[in-house]
Amino acid sequence: MIINFIQWSKKSLFSNWWNSLITLFCIYLLFLIIPPFINWAILDATFSGKLKTDCTAGGACWVFIRVWFEKLMYGFYPVENIWRINLSFIIFIGTIGLSFFVREKYKLYILFFLIFIFPFIAFILIRGGFGLTIVETREWGGLALTFILAIFGIILSFPLGVLLAMGRRSEMPIIKYFCICFIETWRGIPLITVLFAAAVMFPLLLPSGTLVDKLLRVAIGIAIFESAYVAEVVRGGLQSLPRGQYDAAKSIGMGYWQMNFFIVLPQAIKTVIPGITNTFIALLKDTPLIYLIGMAEILGIVNMAKANPYWLGMAVEGYVFAAIIFGVVSFILSSYSQKLEKKFSTENK
Amino acid sequence: MNEKVIELVAVNKWYDKFHVLKDINLSVFAGEKVIICGPSGSGKSTLIRCVNRLEEHQEGSIVVRGVTLGHDTKNIEKIRGDVGMVFQQFNLFPHLTILDNCTLAPTWVRKLPKKDAEQLAMEYLKKVKIEDQAKKFPGQLSGGQQQRAAIARALCMEPKIMLFDEPTSALDPEMIKEVLDVMIDLAKGGMTMIVVSHEMAFAKEVADRVIFMDEGRIVEEKETKEFFANPENERTKLFLSQILG
Repeated sequence: MIINFIQWSKKSLFSNWWNSLITLFCIYLLFLIIPPFINWAILDATFSGKLKTDCTAGGACWVFIRVWFEKLMYGFYPVENIWRINLSFIIFIGTIGLSFFVREKYKLYILFFLIFIFPFIAFILIRGGFGLTIVETREWGGLALTFILAIFGIILSFPLGVLLAMGRRSEMPIIKYFCICFIETWRGIPLITVLFAAAVMFPLLLPSGTLVDKLLRVAIGIAIFESAYVAEVVRGGLQSLPRGQYDAAKSIGMGYWQMNFFIVLPQAIKTVIPGITNTFIALLKDTPLIYLIGMAEILGIVNMAKANPYWLGMAVEGYVFAAIIFGVVSFILSSYSQKLEKKFSTENK
Repeated sequence: MNEKVIELVAVNKWYDKFHVLKDINLSVFAGEKVIICGPSGSGKSTLIRCVNRLEEHQEGSIVVRGVTLGHDTKNIEKIRGDVGMVFQQFNLFPHLTILDNCTLAPTWVRKLPKKDAEQLAMEYLKKVKIEDQAKKFPGQLSGGQQQRAAIARALCMEPKIMLFDEPTSALDPEMIKEVLDVMIDLAKGGMTMIVVSHEMAFAKEVADRVIFMDEGRIVEEKETKEFFANPENERTKLFLSQILG
């Protein structure tokens, strides 16, 4: 074991003088960064207590996260109804977990459930109605809001992006040029502009009296924005498919939709899984921008909390906490996509 | 005489400026086997791709089983279902098993119940002698097996006409025979076939007629025996002497 390590490091880390130099430099950098961070985050940190004044050790004050935990997770959602959010996420995670264990042919039903049925269940659970007390969307917040927007964005932007990609390759000029204009316009606008337009400008354009929920406007704005990116990624996959596949599908009598659904898209989407994952991770990390239009997702709550007179100057703990959460979720997303890639690449051999 | 199932009259086709089919007239009768040969780039593949409208022609008329092909042709899928096609590069669907490749169109185009479609597929896979490969993916099969699977896939639509676009050109020599054997069986079963191929032994064995194309024209069209015994056109003679050695 130890001998193996020495051999390995000789080969990979110290094979010549400049590699040795780089290795030593990196070790020095790690030495500079890691011990102080561990001191701050664990050794000198305070974990128990109720107030900022309990934090006397000089390290991180995790009391802050503990006290604010509920707000960071759920925003101003009424405490007695938090189980409704939890239940929605349990259903979501559970369904995805289930897809690992069921047979191939049921996976399509799971996908169908996630895209067409789950959003409505989650919406009713979280917003209320049908006997549940209504919780207005302005009370939603925290990490839950980040996830709601990201999941809604992914679920809506994926089919929309696929349709746009297909439309852009259509032989019908009206559809083709509409899709090109649509994609290029949305890709040409920064997300922050989309958010401000959805939150502030869009209501001005509506006839007075019409009310579209602000969160809904923002969510649709994000989903459409992302769909333009998804469309371009998927288009890359469509173009990589050999013409013979289209010929073969047509020659056995398949129509346009059948050909795309059974032959073209399954293959095209498989080849662009890395690109789509990339887009979705970017989407997840873009959602905190809604803090700028006054929505209290996790970073919004951190900003609010650090301005609280009792908790002044707690920004670092809040940001580190948010960073860890985003890091973990992005990591899960990318490992899941790698798993999918591996699965599909073995399937075709 | 049998009924005419395919009739091409004065068909012209251009790729942009390139005139690929020039005044093609061709009739094929039910049960007939027609071999098309000629140098590469002579328009053979384009010609048969026009018959199931994978390519569009610009002038002339193409009538397949009584339906005139054109922009306004309704149910082009229906016609394609009646006209099976086998490609040089097999074009199997790599993400589906051999069985799924074969049942896909029967299930979704012909709307057969899944069980019937599978039964039908196994029947044809048996016919092309790869029933034991049904659960495998195309990438796990040899070229010859893939091409036979492609033939089975086309046959599962129970077509009335089969088009073969250089079915053996992408195969290693030892695999050509297994594919040709399947095609000979099919021919003997009475299928109407148009085959683009340079396999002259195959032509001699099954073809009723042989057509020689050059530069987008049909330059020679004769009954098989006549074609090999007395080719008239200089280019046909040259081509035959090169290919027969």
